[in-house]
Amino acid sequence: MENYLIAMAVSAGIYALMALGVNVIWGLAGMVNLGLVGFFAVGAYVSALLTLKLGLPIAVGMASGAVLTAAVGVAVALVTVRLRGDYLAIVTLGFAETIRIVASNTLWLTNGTDGISGIAGPYRGSLSPAAFNLTYLAIVTAIVAVTFVLAERLRASPFGRVLRAIRDDEQVAAIAGKHVALFKVKAFAIGAAALGLAGALYAHYTSYIAPDIFVPLLTLYIKLALLAGGLGNNRGAIVGAFAVVFLLESTRFVIPLVPGVSAVQGAALRELLIATALIVMLRYRPRGLIPERLPRIPVPPSTPPSVPPAAAASTKNYQPTA
Amino acid sequence: MALLEVRELTRSFYGIHALGGVDLRVEAHRITGLIGPNGAGKTTLFNCISGVVPPDSGTVLFGGQDITGWRPDRIASVGLIRTFQIARGFPRLSVYENLLLYGDRQPGERASAALVRSTAALRRESELIDLAFAIASRLNLVRVLNDPASSLSGGQKKLLEIGRVLMARPQLILLDEPVAGVNPSLTREIAGHLRALVDDGLSVLLIEHHMDTIAQLCDHVVVLAEGKNLAEGSFDELSRNEAVQEAYMGRKRRVS
Repeated sequence: MENYLIAMAVSAGIYALMALGVNVIWGLAGMVNLGLVGFFAVGAYVSALLTLKLGLPIAVGMASGAVLTAAVGVAVALVTVRLRGDYLAIVTLGFAETIRIVASNTLWLTNGTDGISGIAGPYRGSLSPAAFNLTYLAIVTAIVAVTFVLAERLRASPFGRVLRAIRDDEQVAAIAGKHVALFKVKAFAIGAAALGLAGALYAHYTSYIAPDIFVPLLTLYIKLALLAGGLGNNRGAIVGAFAVVFLLESTRFVIPLVPGVSAVQGAALRELLIATALIVMLRYRPRGLIPERLPRIPVPPSTPPSVPPAAAASTKNYQPTA
Repeated sequence: MALLEVRELTRSFYGIHALGGVDLRVEAHRITGLIGPNGAGKTTLFNCISGVVPPDSGTVLFGGQDITGWRPDRIASVGLIRTFQIARGFPRLSVYENLLLYGDRQPGERASAALVRSTAALRRESELIDLAFAIASRLNLVRVLNDPASSLSGGQKKLLEIGRVLMARPQLILLDEPVAGVNPSLTREIAGHLRALVDDGLSVLLIEHHMDTIAQLCDHVVVLAEGKNLAEGSFDELSRNEAVQEAYMGRKRRVS
């Protein structure tokens, strides 16, 4: 049971990393990316292949996974730079499916639908499974913590302000002197890097990847995590990721307790529960558990009164009698 | 030399000639009015000058430099900033942020500088905050600085629109109906702000349907009708011009 909980914490951490990445693209810059599982897959495959086929150290593999996925992000962003909303969503969805189908058919490189097994994990051989799990949890936690700090800096910076401006009105942002296309490409690259790193972390943890892991459902889980936590908000991304993993896993235990439901029906019921959770969430807390807040900039104390001093004094002295 | 010079500008949309060879000269340190009936092509002219829509042909010279067909952010960076007719902006940014966004030369807009929190970026940010505060004080927006822009009243949105433009420290501002739908006292206030800006050395090109404001503010007025130049001169000259009266009021039917 302990091992199971640790494994869930690791996967929640990986979800959180993905949600942080998507938050840059979708939450801040407002670009609907339905292809995030494709970036996740690129990072996983790059790191797995580099460590397995070239014998590179795991850390190098993971870093390369992040960098290469960022490069793919740049390519996708350049192709889609003029697309918005639904159009961008459908193209990115197509991108992710393309990655999955290419991975299924490029037998010489990815071993097709059989997948790649025996991917190295840090100290996997020399540790007990429990110790390995804990070590990996520590690594994932550290990476999520660092990414969170960096993402917070981005959000609070003038760079983040430009992204949020683009989210509201691209044309006015251009008039404000911002090179909109360049900012979009940068946001995509940064978000994709986090997604690729998450993919690499996943590959080295489970030691096995195959195309059928990288299905659109995973994209939706991350979208759900971000919506539940609060779009545009890094704290919310992490809280949402943990909430989604908790929801997914707890239903696994609850469903078998429902009498007269077969295993297959149970699986369907679980999807139903998750969908219901999303609808309830959007109905009652449309801005998520932790809504995005505007950064407050202190107003200098030497505020010139906008009402004449006499009037201000008289309002101050006014005492309601009721 | 005129600050802004537009020559023979044309632009069509699906066969409709929105601009059919428009010429325009805007002199520095003056308020030039641009008037004309609805559909005359005033806003299209603004779009072509500011880079939102590329013109089909013709040239736009700003300070002697050919800026025809440039990207809007490049045009903004040489000191030509416009506003939009329906107060557009960034509803989910605070008023402060709406102002700060228009500040130029902010190194913190580079992702790398943002990640390491460079001191240059922090220093520039505090300069911009000071400038934003000064502009907000001038426009009476201090009390709402940390409110989301979406919560402002219509009049405050118009003021914010002017404030944002000022943050960019432009040479020339193109204002698209700055007093449309604004109450008379705020209209006078906005007119006063515009006059003060020109006294400070700015130049203004103004689209407006409110003729009292045009009469009161503009040193020179250009009339467009059906995508072409119709007349120009002082407001008094134009108000006596029969072609202008016809364009606005229609032709008097001759009964014989």
